[in-house]
Amino acid sequence: MAYSEELREQARQIMARYPEGRQRSALLPMLHLVQSHDGYVTPEGIALCAEMIGITKAQVAAVSTFYTMYKREPTGDFLVSVCTNTMCDVMGGQRVYDTLKEYLGVDHDETTADGKITLEHAECLAACDYAPVMTVNYEFYDRVTPDSALGTVEALQKGERPAPTRGARLCTLKEMSRQLAGWSEDRAEALADNSLGDATLAGARMAADNGVTAPQIDPATPLVKKENS
Amino acid sequence: MASAPSAEVLSKLTPVLTKRWLSPEAWKIDVYEQLDGYAALRKAVEYHPDEIIAFMKESGHRGRGGAGFPVGMKWAFIPQNDGKPHYLVVNADEGEPGTCKDLPLMMNDPHSLIEGIIIACYAVRAERAYVYVRGEAVHAARRLRNAVEEARAKGYLGRNVLGRGFDLDVVIHSGAGAYICGEETALLDSLEGFRGQPRLRPPFPATHGLYASPTVINNVGSIASVPHIVLGGADWWKSLGSENAAGTMIYSLSGRVKNPGQYECGMGITLNELLELAGGMADGHNLRFWTPGGSSTPMLTAEHADVPLDFDSIAKAGSILGTTAMMIFSDQDCPVYASYRWIVFYAHESCGKCTPCREGNYWMTRVYRRILSGRGTHEDLDTLLDACDNLLGRSFCGLGDGATSCVTSSLKYFKQDYLDYIEGRRKPLLNAADLVGAH
Ligand SMILES: Cc1cc2nc3c(=O)[nH]c(=O)nc-3n(C[C@H](O)[C@H](O)[C@H](O)COP(=O)(O)O)c2cc1C
Ligand code: SF4
Ligand code: FES
Repeated sequence: MAYSEELREQARQIMARYPEGRQRSALLPMLHLVQSHDGYVTPEGIALCAEMIGITKAQVAAVSTFYTMYKREPTGDFLVSVCTNTMCDVMGGQRVYDTLKEYLGVDHDETTADGKITLEHAECLAACDYAPVMTVNYEFYDRVTPDSALGTVEALQKGERPAPTRGARLCTLKEMSRQLAGWSEDRAEALADNSLGDATLAGARMAADNGVTAPQIDPATPLVKKENS
Repeated sequence: MASAPSAEVLSKLTPVLTKRWLSPEAWKIDVYEQLDGYAALRKAVEYHPDEIIAFMKESGHRGRGGAGFPVGMKWAFIPQNDGKPHYLVVNADEGEPGTCKDLPLMMNDPHSLIEGIIIACYAVRAERAYVYVRGEAVHAARRLRNAVEEARAKGYLGRNVLGRGFDLDVVIHSGAGAYICGEETALLDSLEGFRGQPRLRPPFPATHGLYASPTVINNVGSIASVPHIVLGGADWWKSLGSENAAGTMIYSLSGRVKNPGQYECGMGITLNELLELAGGMADGHNLRFWTPGGSSTPMLTAEHADVPLDFDSIAKAGSILGTTAMMIFSDQDCPVYASYRWIVFYAHESCGKCTPCREGNYWMTRVYRRILSGRGTHEDLDTLLDACDNLLGRSFCGLGDGATSCVTSSLKYFKQDYLDYIEGRRKPLLNAADLVGAH
């Protein structure tokens, strides 16, 4: 697979984020970058990273196979991840996963025949207060049920992009990989998309509703007692 | 039937880090500035960096990443005038099962983290900071990248910050899905472009961290608290918590409670009080076991619901405060199954560097499967304890130690549950089909 000069230029920009002589730090973002082009980590992608950073292909492959977000097979436009770690499992996450697995006819890390959807079960996604959770291209669908998850997946299959509960409106997995490589969100609306939910605000809202605040501060309080000299 | 919390318990809510979350646009710099944003930075730069470090020590602020190490002391370990570049690395890899406090903070109040980073870098004299955000946390990374750009445009970052003659660059670095990269030295290896495997210590990151240079590694919450502490002062911060545990903590309640979520309170609140805030247990559920700070902290029982949730009190009760990720389970949940599921996680996330952890978690997974499928034996319980013996204190990093927590604590409090599976009083939870490939 031939990579464009543009992609190589992007790789150089990533490397420039790290100090002179420390370009290997660019490897993780660069692997996200090649995934944004190929949809997974291809032998060509590995070769590109190796060539540009100046390490061997074996060294790159040893890294790419260590991390779950680097995929070894082609992926769909949408990566559906269902958390099945203990809390989500107990709250119904395993049933959600099993339902999607049966409906889509694919198992962990597999992609539907039409190349649209990749399914995986995930470990704790740092959203246990919304358990069970599912993500699509890493945007949150909170407190899913087998039915709601199925509804989301069916909508994806119809070409719709159902809004996540928390996170930005969906883009494709390749587009998301570009952000993972370090590029800013270029959709202004997506940046503003919802990041809140009842669980996030539970304590703060309860305090506000009941007029409870932290003890007043005096911003002029000195940090250290200065001797009068 | 949720009864309202009493006034006394309500007054324990102490919104500091979570307060701006109520302003839905606080992630934008203009709104942040209207809400006291960057006032702490302006205040801090009026002092000498050494004074900021002394102040942080005085505040009693302790790390929020799990171990509770004093923040000021960590900053003071950085050698000064050594001619080497210094780095600040923010640990935003939040992956400890149950933990869910850093993501909402980064999504909803990203500038508090950026402002804390600038103050920390000013204090330890670092010209570059990296935020290692767990890969999956895409909305958090999105808001952080935007915050960095906004801060740069306003002169808080870049060359000659606030005209004070110091330069600072912040890079938001997304990880790629590996729990072990939350361990601070594995994180450094990952950030240098390697597999995330822990390093031998000493040397410690304070002298040989990122690129073998002096490096401070702090959790998101540790750093995002800094602007608040600087504004309010050391005595104020101490007044919010309990002895040896200054300040507030975001307690994350999940599981069988009516209103799960984030409850920020002074250190030392109890589970019973938190449950009162959260509307009580979910209907039809009675508290049976819970973790005070994530899956790597030994589980506790209903008997411990009045233990103050601070570092020392929880340690006395036989557990660890960890990340104050309170996962709450009921009489309808099985502690054996919960432990099994966590061990599967540790086995999956073990980096493979040391034998006790790589092999131990693999074996324990198999033993759990056997027990839960009704084919366990009494010796299996000894095998589990043996494996834990080989892990605790003998593994190369905290992941291996952490894996033993659920096993030993569930065996301590709920041995009968194990015996019920082994002696056939309880219906197997896993069927033989699940065992294909497991033996
Ligand atoms: C397996 C493992 C995973 C960890 N994951 C995290 C994490 O996701 N975030 C974090 O801040 N600390 C994590 N830690 C703790 C860090 O090693 C380190 O103690 C912490 O980042 C220090 O920050 P603090 O002093 O500000 O608390 C983890 C430790 C271990 C052993
Ligand atoms: S304890 Fe586990 S995660 Fe830590 S170094 Fe050993 S194998 Fe790796
Ligand atoms: S267990 Fe599923 S998000 Fe934490």
